[in-house]
Amino acid sequence: MTAVELATDNGQMVSENLTGSPLALRGVTVSYGSEPVVFSVDMTIEAGTMTAIIGPNGAGKSTLLKAALGIIKPLAGRVTTWGGSLDSQRARIAYVPQRASIDWDFPTQVRDVVMMGLFRELGLLRRVRAKHHAKVMECLTRVGMQDFADRQIGQLSGGQQQRVFLARALAQEADLYLLDEPFAGVDAATEAAIITVLKELRNEGKTVVAVHHDLSTVEDYFDRVFLINRRRMGEGSVEAAFTQDALHATYGGRLGDGLIARAG
Amino acid sequence: MFEALTLQLGYNAVLVTLGSTALGVAAGAVGAFLYLRKRALVSDAISHATLPGLALAFLVMVGFGGDGRFLPGLMLGSALSAWAGLYAVSWITRKTRLPEDAAIGAVLSVFFGFGIVLLTVIQTMQSGRQAGLEGFLLGSTAGMLRSDALVIAAGGAIVLGATILLRRPMLMTAFDEGYAQVQGLNTARIDMALMVLVLAVTVVGLKIVGLILIVAMLIIPAVAARFWTENASRVAQLAALFGGMSGYIGAALSATAPDLPTGPIIVLVSFTLFALSLLLAPSRGVLASALRHRQLQHEVHLRQGLLALAHGQPVYESLTQRMLRSRGLMRADGVPTDKGRNAAAQALLDENRWQALRRIETLSSLAVRDDGLTRIGDVLTPDQVKLLDARLSPQGAA
Repeated sequence: MTAVELATDNGQMVSENLTGSPLALRGVTVSYGSEPVVFSVDMTIEAGTMTAIIGPNGAGKSTLLKAALGIIKPLAGRVTTWGGSLDSQRARIAYVPQRASIDWDFPTQVRDVVMMGLFRELGLLRRVRAKHHAKVMECLTRVGMQDFADRQIGQLSGGQQQRVFLARALAQEADLYLLDEPFAGVDAATEAAIITVLKELRNEGKTVVAVHHDLSTVEDYFDRVFLINRRRMGEGSVEAAFTQDALHATYGGRLGDGLIARAG
Repeated sequence: MFEALTLQLGYNAVLVTLGSTALGVAAGAVGAFLYLRKRALVSDAISHATLPGLALAFLVMVGFGGDGRFLPGLMLGSALSAWAGLYAVSWITRKTRLPEDAAIGAVLSVFFGFGIVLLTVIQTMQSGRQAGLEGFLLGSTAGMLRSDALVIAAGGAIVLGATILLRRPMLMTAFDEGYAQVQGLNTARIDMALMVLVLAVTVVGLKIVGLILIVAMLIIPAVAARFWTENASRVAQLAALFGGMSGYIGAALSATAPDLPTGPIIVLVSFTLFALSLLLAPSRGVLASALRHRQLQHEVHLRQGLLALAHGQPVYESLTQRMLRSRGLMRADGVPTDKGRNAAAQALLDENRWQALRRIETLSSLAVRDDGLTRIGDVLTPDQVKLLDARLSPQGAA
């Protein structure tokens, strides 16, 4: 399970060793109906880096993330995590979904949401012990939400909700963190708090992948970019791949002009 | 009445009361998860789809020369046809663009119609006349046997146990399906398990409340419980408690007089609990929110009245006038009292401080707290207020 069989241009099968990559996609195509939303995408995430998935609205960013996580079943292609199958590595993967996908009137408190991050440890019946409560508070403290543990989640601001979701991911002590637009609709204080935590994770050797919207912060926040507009439009370090040419190709038109100072 | 509630009304009444309580607890607990998963309507499809299976099971058992009223046999038949109905709903939802509620409507009525046709056929048969199968529509506890009660109690206990076992995955799926999947949960299978539990409650409850009213036992305790708590596990525990209370009190009440139908009385008791919750629950209840609204309205009128006084404007709204007068801030002829003048100046100062706060970079993020009512002293430290006042003085505080 450490190698992926691939067909080259002349039809020969070759093997590729992907054990070093926390997340790799090969030829992934996803469709909700009659046409592919994501078409034959290859992506190789490098360990210990922060990668931004960027692209225009409807380009398939969130879909790609969901396919990588097995939430949507791809029509074709395969996903490997550290060279193995997704199911064998679940415990090492944490996910922060889009805020919009949640019913915020659901009867649950901040503490319970973070406790969900411990599900793999608690299982069906194991009792919640003092050490689990301590873990929850530690994660809430890390995102600056320790004073809100007993709030109903609907009473939080958008930014606070996002931080609680990040705390839930932290509780898992995962090695790979996948975030779907973590900065969408949050206040500046939250954005700063989240990026601080994400950079800390990266510095601890963890891998972070985020769907990202704001092109102006890509260079400050991330090491690597993955550009997508239904197809893979580019991938690499921010210096090499986040260029005006690549943005023109991805977004069309003249978007991105003046955005990248060093490109001039 | 006291005799009924303390189980002193005879053998049959005791059996019915204990069975109803077990059913109520199980239905309440399962119903809570169904409600939290936002699939309450599915229970309607499941319950109506039991009828053809019930009738067919009767026919089969009679056909083989057995007793057509053998309860476990009838329960098995109902379960199979409810399963078929459930499958039809999920197949239609998956394979077509029809939404689930439309699929439920279609399946529910077709299965129920077919069941009624079969019941009519049974009525015309020799052995069918005494069958009393129509008792399963609204429940009929008159001839309940000890073995029936045992089956119901055991079924309820098994359902309750399975619900407790699956509570974590079911809650995670209900709250955040995508996250649950990433955690390795097979959410489709968990949803299926929930449906099986609902189906089991329905089948267990056929004898007591009947297939039409079982929906009430699943859903009403859950929505009543939701008024009291913001914690999903509490919702389930309270729903089980409310369900058990409804079953116990309802069955006991119906035993106090001859010919009182058990199922409908149970549902009425559970409705009473729902109505009390809706009215009286502390934070989500109707009375509490009406009081909160009134309080807010008064605060707003008082504040606006004070600001009008501060600007020397007349106060026209009668509620505002009443608020100011009753607090001794304004005289009957509309002139502010000394106390009113002071309060008005204070309100205006607060207002000006909020304006000043927006112009100070380090504090401006707090401007979101300015809702017209919040006092600046509740948001800032005294030192910060002094800083604001320093900014205010050159322009002259009003």
